Amino acid sequence: MWDYTPTVKEHFLNPRNVGEITDADAVGEVGSLACGDALKLFIKLDENKEKIVEAKFQTFGCASAIASSSALTEMVKGKTLDEALAITNKDIADFLGGLPEEKMHCSVMGQEALEVAIYRYRGMDIPEHDSEHDHGHAYPDHDGVIICKCFGITDSFLRKVIETNKLTTAEQVTHFTKAGGGCGGCIPKINELIAEINGSVVEEPRKRPEKLSNMKKMQLIQEVLEKDIRPLLWADGGDLELIDIDGSKVQVAFRKACAGCASSGNTARLVENKLRELVAEDVVVEEVAS
Amino acid sequence: MKEIYLDNNATTRVDDAVFEEMRPYFCELYGNPSSMHFFGGQVQQKVNEARDRVAGLLGASTDEIIFTACGTESDNAAIRSAIEVFPERRHIITSRTEHPAVLTQCRNLARKGYRVTEIGVDNAGRLDMDEYRRVIDDDTAVVSFMWANNETGVIFPVEEAAEIAKSRGAMFHTDAVQAVGKIPINLKRSVIDMLSLSGHKLHAPKGTGVLYLRRGTQFRPFMVGGHQEKSRRAGTENSAGIIALGKACELAGIHMERENSQVRSLRDRLQEELMRLIPHSRVNGDGAERLPNTTSIAFEFVEGEAILLLLSEFGICASSGSACTSGSLEPSHVLRAMGVPFTCAHGSIRFSLSRFTTEAEIDTVIREMPPIIEKLRQMSPFGRGEK
Repeated sequence: MWDYTPTVKEHFLNPRNVGEITDADAVGEVGSLACGDALKLFIKLDENKEKIVEAKFQTFGCASAIASSSALTEMVKGKTLDEALAITNKDIADFLGGLPEEKMHCSVMGQEALEVAIYRYRGMDIPEHDSEHDHGHAYPDHDGVIICKCFGITDSFLRKVIETNKLTTAEQVTHFTKAGGGCGGCIPKINELIAEINGSVVEEPRKRPEKLSNMKKMQLIQEVLEKDIRPLLWADGGDLELIDIDGSKVQVAFRKACAGCASSGNTARLVENKLRELVAEDVVVEEVAS
Repeated sequence: MKEIYLDNNATTRVDDAVFEEMRPYFCELYGNPSSMHFFGGQVQQKVNEARDRVAGLLGASTDEIIFTACGTESDNAAIRSAIEVFPERRHIITSRTEHPAVLTQCRNLARKGYRVTEIGVDNAGRLDMDEYRRVIDDDTAVVSFMWANNETGVIFPVEEAAEIAKSRGAMFHTDAVQAVGKIPINLKRSVIDMLSLSGHKLHAPKGTGVLYLRRGTQFRPFMVGGHQEKSRRAGTENSAGIIALGKACELAGIHMERENSQVRSLRDRLQEELMRLIPHSRVNGDGAERLPNTTSIAFEFVEGEAILLLLSEFGICASSGSACTSGSLEPSHVLRAMGVPFTCAHGSIRFSLSRFTTEAEIDTVIREMPPIIEKLRQMSPFGRGEK
């Protein structure tokens, strides 16, 4: 059973402001039946169109999705649109006395619906989503690219959630946004995003050099491991150590969380792909014990 | 609040008679059944009696019963043994709707180079026997199909599947954790090599299980380091648990008739009434042969966790195939394998009854469930089925 706070339970059992506003000034809809939760938020402004006087919601989802929606409608009342835009998903979770980490995506959904509603009201362009499996995340600054194909989640959205909530691991990102929770294929990309946001600057895409002397090759392998690969592993609490380079054969040992990790085979492939991309096509990575 | 317990596929109440049977074996008759003295010997006798009782329920011989610590251990031991017995065979067959105890084991073996085929099911959850016949070959080391599904109660034709496996020289294992005690099983009439069962699913305590191993079947033990269970499962016997499991099997045999008449009719009434009172609902596995105690019903446009928590307010205990209850993000692999649409999978609720379920309890569920679904649909943006 989930460890919900009394406030979450209260807002789930007696949700505030359920329903529609037929003459709403702003409506924001996110999510879909396919992905298991969806929220439609209705906002009514005062005569001067300055402050929110009424907010209602319709939610399909679990107890924490319903409680987050209820909390959101209470929080925005009396606020100007700019004040409402300043509400973060963390504020919603705090209002409820906290949410289990696995349920944080419910608070993110609330914050998202609010943003969509306000941006729509302000006439900003919001892309339409039509795919059945699309989570319907809509962002005006939506020049982002899809990172998680299973849930249709873009890098710009992930960037924002990672920054707001100071997330440091891919698992957290999954709990907050669902990204990475389907096939898991985008987890390396999520790790790259985290590493980038948390300070390890990823430079312009580099190309591997056309020709390399053995000496240069060894230097470049070491450089890529230090600058590109280890920071990714640190983000997941892991690490690696370079053991030896013999021509194109690179031997590494995994450390910390990576050591003995069931997916270290995948991590080895990740390292190999990165080295092939940036050093030479024929690099082979071998995991060695020690 | 008194619980209305309709989650018997998760675990069951220990029968009072079972508890009484095991009670003396903690503080009074605590001897080690392997000991030479009279004090251990009297425990040994009771363990043997339990073995007889388990064998009786399964239509097996006593030497074919190996006591373990749980169903999962039995599943693991069976599959590992089979692949060790046939090191030259590199193919494993299982189904897409297995319990994780089997599925995870098979997928781990796939990573070690085994070829693993997961046989699909149709919309009613029935095993695709044609696909199975097509893929089995002389490289197949072991076939493992569950007897009955934990989420939907759908029964697989394991006796027939076992004959196909034997014709290709493969080992056949069945995870019968949900079937034992609910439907009659007679292993004498089948060619099944190995069968796993779990005590706590049939009114014995948690931490007890059995691996049935057909006489003459080669076996490589999973737990080594002692002569217990004829060296097929080392470790001091959980004597109190084994004795309890024996009693539970005896009672299951006695109540088998009732399970298939009284429990079935309560289940049928619950299912029919909920379907009648709640529009946009459907039974998962409808049309397939199912366990008498289980029904999984999909309520469209609402989400399972919210339903369970509202039911819980009335003391009603059930479970869901929804993603949100488990913390994963996708609904149950069983419902997805059956092609249940996402719109239904998220709102699927499983009720699993037992011989302790009463008419009055079923009445309460039939009374409380429709307003709960109605309340959540009112709240849902898809509530009126527009989308």
